[in-house]
Amino acid sequence: MTAPLLVAEGLGRHFDRSAAPALDGVSLRLHPGERLAVVGESGSGKTTLARLLLALETPDAGTVTLAGRPVRPGSPRSLRWFRRAVQTVPQDPARSFHPRIRVGDAVAEPLACLRVPGDHTARVAQLLVAVGLEPDAARRWPHEFSGGQRQRLAIARALAPRPQVLVADEPVSALDVVVRLQVVDLLREVSEAEGLALLVVSHDLGVVQHLAHRVLVLDAGRPVEEGPVGQVFGHPASPVTARLLDAVPTLAEVGS
Amino acid sequence: MLHVHDLTVRVPGGPLVDGVSFAVAPGERVGVVGASGAGKSQLVAALLGLTPPGPTVSGSVRVEGTEVVGASAAAWRPLRGRVTALVAQDPGTALDPLTRVGRQVALPLRAQGVARGEAHTRAWALLAEVGLDGLARRYPAQLSGGQRQRVALALALVGAPRLLVADEPTSALDVTVQAGVLDLLDRVTGPGLAALLLVTHDLAVATRLCSRLLVLEGGRLVADGPVADVLADPRLADVVAASRALAVHR
Repeated sequence: MTAPLLVAEGLGRHFDRSAAPALDGVSLRLHPGERLAVVGESGSGKTTLARLLLALETPDAGTVTLAGRPVRPGSPRSLRWFRRAVQTVPQDPARSFHPRIRVGDAVAEPLACLRVPGDHTARVAQLLVAVGLEPDAARRWPHEFSGGQRQRLAIARALAPRPQVLVADEPVSALDVVVRLQVVDLLREVSEAEGLALLVVSHDLGVVQHLAHRVLVLDAGRPVEEGPVGQVFGHPASPVTARLLDAVPTLAEVGS
Repeated sequence: MLHVHDLTVRVPGGPLVDGVSFAVAPGERVGVVGASGAGKSQLVAALLGLTPPGPTVSGSVRVEGTEVVGASAAAWRPLRGRVTALVAQDPGTALDPLTRVGRQVALPLRAQGVARGEAHTRAWALLAEVGLDGLARRYPAQLSGGQRQRVALALALVGAPRLLVADEPTSALDVTVQAGVLDLLDRVTGPGLAALLLVTHDLAVATRLCSRLLVLEGGRLVADGPVADVLADPRLADVVAASRALAVHR
């Protein structure tokens, strides 16, 4: 097996000394091209983990490394190497684009601020096509796009600097089921086409099963189970996982 | 008990709800499904006289025989809470942050003239019924999202309404919390109890509780029938296929 790309060791985060830690002793390894999902109830530490992996917060314990190089929050300049390699797709497509910046410029922004060489206009046109939009979408404004289209734009923007890893916190939870499936399929396609590793935080176990190879289950900030999705969902070893699975409402098998 | 005929909600750009007609029988549980922007929440607002100033509402909505389209606040007063009640989507903004939840649940009873002690006892009992035994003295901020949604449900149920309208009551909640709220809705609605109009974008949630589905698309009612028939409707094929593709297989 290849060397892991993004590695977390014993991550801990304690927001309030009088309360339990938000995250406690979480380790993970993400290999190139691998898709790992993080699941758990609200307050289990999913979002905190994603923020630590994106160097948006400093852990109180533990380390994050990318290809062996330590990652810690710092100036934009000191993190430029990391931001080129690790990008994110935000949760809410309605609020993740500046309303007065044309989408082409928004998608090109990481190319400019990360000093990525090359023809940025051509790269943007290529990215827009890659996520299933027209190349002339670049001249339009965010409000002209639906939620699903904006999430495609957010994926295009994240892919712009040709990252090796995407970390996405609930990237499809704001979308309707039909659009949700399209965006999940798009994430899977770009991961497969570009050998991109994905770390996806999701409360939607159906999305996890459709998208991820492996799943990490968190409960009250602690890892309770990790393994291939089929194995964890088929034979959950932890009652926490079983409880999550049992709570998912299923569509009655009518008309199928 | 609810008769809707040719209900239309119009803004200058065009209709948000377009000529919708249907009826709900006592104790019937009906799901309203459709994509974002299909007009689900606009329909609920128009049914309950909660359309904000701006859009014009036309057509007819009769609640136990009373016409409510264009009805005044005075005409609504005997209906609201006693005949119809709403559980809104976001439990964070549906409750008064400065009033203890037990007192909030007792307030509608006090407004109906129920004596203080009696209102208190019934509110406490109802909170226990929704699984919040012993939490009546808390403020909303001291409760979790799922607990707040249970308070909102108790508040909706306290007037013993005959139609409970729930607009995405679980979409802000975790799956485990959602399961608890759906069980609760299952217990308090149905034949012999309140009727339920459940608005949701999640087909699985709708089929968990409802025997009949209404499908909205672009403000129009495009399907209305028993769950099995509607799920087999070709117009819903892409939604059903996507729901199945994203279902959890164990």
